[in-house]
Amino acid sequence: MAELCGVVGIGQTQHDAKRTDVSAPGLLREAATRALEDAQLTWSDIDAVVIGKAPDMFEGVMMPEIAMGDALGAAGKPILRVHTAGSVGGSTAVVAASLIQAGIHDRVLTVAYEKQSESNAMWALTIKIPFQQAIVAGAGGYFAPLIRAYMARSKAPEDTGIRVALKDRLNALKNPYAHLKIPGVDFDQVANSPMLWDPIRYLETCPSSDGACAMVLSSEKAAESAPTRPAWVWSTAMKSEPTMFSGRDQVNPQAGKDCAAELYKKAGITNPRKEIDAAEIYVPFSWFEPMWMENLGFAEEGLGWEMTYEGATALDGDLPVNCSGGVLSSNPIGASGMLRFAEAAMQVRGQAGEHQVEGARKALGHAYGGGSQFFAMWIVGSEKP
Amino acid sequence: MRDVAIVSTAQMTNVRREQRRNEVEMLMPVVQEAVKRSGIPKGDIGFTCSGSCDYLAGQPFAFVSALDAIGAWPPISESHVEMDGAWALYEAWVKIQTGQADSALVYSFGKSSMGDVPDVLNLQLDPYYLSPLGIDSISLAALQARAFLEKTQYTERDLAKVAVRSRKSAKDNPNAQLAGDFDLEKLLAEPYLVSPLRVHDCAPISDGAVAVVLAADDTARNACERPAWITGIDHRIEPHQPGVRDLSESPSTALAGAKAGVASGGIEVAELYAPFTHQELILRDALGLDASTSINPSGGALAANAIMVAGLTRIAEVANRIQWGSIGRGLAHATSGPCLQQNLVCVLEAK
Amino acid sequence: MSEAESELVQSITTPLRLEYQYTAGVASTRFLRGMADGKILGQRCPQCEKVYVPPRGSCARCGVATDLEVQVPGTGTITTFCVVRIPSDSLDIDPPFVAAHILLDGADIPFFALIQECHFDEVRMGMRVEAVWVDAEDLGPTFESIRYFRPIDEPDAPFESYKEHL
Repeated sequence: MAELCGVVGIGQTQHDAKRTDVSAPGLLREAATRALEDAQLTWSDIDAVVIGKAPDMFEGVMMPEIAMGDALGAAGKPILRVHTAGSVGGSTAVVAASLIQAGIHDRVLTVAYEKQSESNAMWALTIKIPFQQAIVAGAGGYFAPLIRAYMARSKAPEDTGIRVALKDRLNALKNPYAHLKIPGVDFDQVANSPMLWDPIRYLETCPSSDGACAMVLSSEKAAESAPTRPAWVWSTAMKSEPTMFSGRDQVNPQAGKDCAAELYKKAGITNPRKEIDAAEIYVPFSWFEPMWMENLGFAEEGLGWEMTYEGATALDGDLPVNCSGGVLSSNPIGASGMLRFAEAAMQVRGQAGEHQVEGARKALGHAYGGGSQFFAMWIVGSEKP
Repeated sequence: MRDVAIVSTAQMTNVRREQRRNEVEMLMPVVQEAVKRSGIPKGDIGFTCSGSCDYLAGQPFAFVSALDAIGAWPPISESHVEMDGAWALYEAWVKIQTGQADSALVYSFGKSSMGDVPDVLNLQLDPYYLSPLGIDSISLAALQARAFLEKTQYTERDLAKVAVRSRKSAKDNPNAQLAGDFDLEKLLAEPYLVSPLRVHDCAPISDGAVAVVLAADDTARNACERPAWITGIDHRIEPHQPGVRDLSESPSTALAGAKAGVASGGIEVAELYAPFTHQELILRDALGLDASTSINPSGGALAANAIMVAGLTRIAEVANRIQWGSIGRGLAHATSGPCLQQNLVCVLEAK
Repeated sequence: MSEAESELVQSITTPLRLEYQYTAGVASTRFLRGMADGKILGQRCPQCEKVYVPPRGSCARCGVATDLEVQVPGTGTITTFCVVRIPSDSLDIDPPFVAAHILLDGADIPFFALIQECHFDEVRMGMRVEAVWVDAEDLGPTFESIRYFRPIDEPDAPFESYKEHL
């Protein structure tokens, strides 16, 4: 039933703390124009637009796609706005892919962005609603206790997080678009960076970025005229679970496990560690790399940290993770998930430049959001499924 | 394309202000009722999609707590649009078309009463040139109404007739908030709210929730006697700046309607999401509807207008009429953005 | 055009103010009324029998309404925590401070609270704590009726006793 979907164009902005040189529509257009150029297509070739971003309160504009659709050439076309918390960049791409897979459109432009400099995300995340408890001090305050719980459960060496951060920060130096680049960064610099939300150190946490990411997705037929090899979508999956219920495992959430299982099944993958050549995982705090390695079935429960320790997740390891520098290096929240999906596609198209994993044929893009409860993933390959 | 139908719906009775229950408590019985009526076990529903808006609820991630209401355990395949629930239904319909799900739960909720709706909607405007002017949604609609009245043969009396008919029809709708018999001349004697609009030309402020269950092929046939089959669905957006559009027309509605197959005729009922009286007339013309089509038998948005809910409610109202056997073919419309900027058209049939 | 005129406008500030009236909801109302009486009221799920504090009106796991009221004591166990060392606009407290998940005795789900009256370095998983309430005349229908939690002189709870709640 389902049609094949290929990624034929990818574009991202220069990510930075403050992109005051462009407006929010300008930011979107920078990414979208690059994606169209990559696909050698023009605005009129696009049938529909699917846009995603995190809460509107991050920029203070309600349903901003209403005003920004014009900048994306959406007038006269369908435009959908997805919002699934932090996983939104990933789920936006999944929704866009489904428009192709359903046979409704031939070419869909999907875009995700955040311009965090235009408002205060920490404020938006900690809004004081009467008779509700404020989430303590933003996302870090929410996730740090979960990291401590993982450390206690896994008995992972205390420097695991530092090693992840160092790896991703070194990878970022190879990514021309990355926001946070620290030339000469070393173990001690990460280890000695101040604790923000103990056990999370400053250099183990993601920055707050302005940025956007865009992809042109295409049907098999329309992809025939693509100038370069598409990344073919092998499978997509989205899973959610409630924030709070008794006995919920927030360290290794069931929704993530189920999402990965469905994803692998649809893609015919039985041994993910062996069959996947590169992974771009949503890691906003360094410790989430080992946690997600377990959740995604790359490692046994409690042993995800070993992969980091052994260098398996390094650029030259057997499962390179976040070769782009990941969310730790660029975090335009709404776009962070789509960047994972796009970077995975770049790997299998062989267009990742200095952070290319040689010969990558299958790659995983992963995003999560909310209280570790919303998951969106895809697997892309250099060959057709 | 797969055959996809609405097999059940449920609504909350719209109210001016729901003071007792929060969103989760409002939503839970509506979702449970829709699922129960579908006869499809909750665990068998393949996809869930919702529509809501953070700025309406006055907090980020307003949709997250709704997952509690639907008992999303074991984990479910789920998505959310920051749009009216009608677009959530569109996403769910697409998901079913991919073959990745055979059924879907779609819901939306909105507590418009929490904030000041016209001011909240101002934040939806272009943040550089429009929003800072402080123009609210009623004033923008009045600009459109003026353009419409000047350009066409319609008069303020025609607008008032829409209000009278809508609120009369709403008397038969147990979920309506504003219903009754109104005297045309008395309404026209009322002062303007924002000229040329009077209070009766504007939708009320409402709190509400709605849920529908979609199913494909045999799953739908097994779920109910008369599924409301979606034979066409499409949505389109127009440029944002009111100054670059001809506000007296709705080309995006016309285009979506054409794509959804409205032109093949036989539309017995049209539920149009027109929060202002003149917008109903614009939409009727855009869709080429004549006197043979009954417009908004539920009372439409003029009888209840829970924002983010009212569009999906239009679809549910048409589906109900097909399921009851009172019509064979109908059309539902949803809108978003200022002055009918973005529009969705869904054609439903008994087959 | 002069240099100044051609300079890029990099940002404009548009202050906005919106007022909202929030609805606590039925379950929260009961909990908040309890707070005003110096009581911690939870609700038990009729299906899985777990006790939710604060109650949310439903058990998200079972997808059913909870209405059996249960009072729990102000003592509990820290399941996990973090030390916040950066200031927050929305909290009237200077860093460093401890934000902890506390599993109250008789409850089946932990909730966030502040730990005070001990050095942040002494806080540990499994530590036993109790609620410190505001003075009786200041009690009200708000979470702030509990000022914070503080350690009590009891041996730490074993990891096994709360590991399901991490």
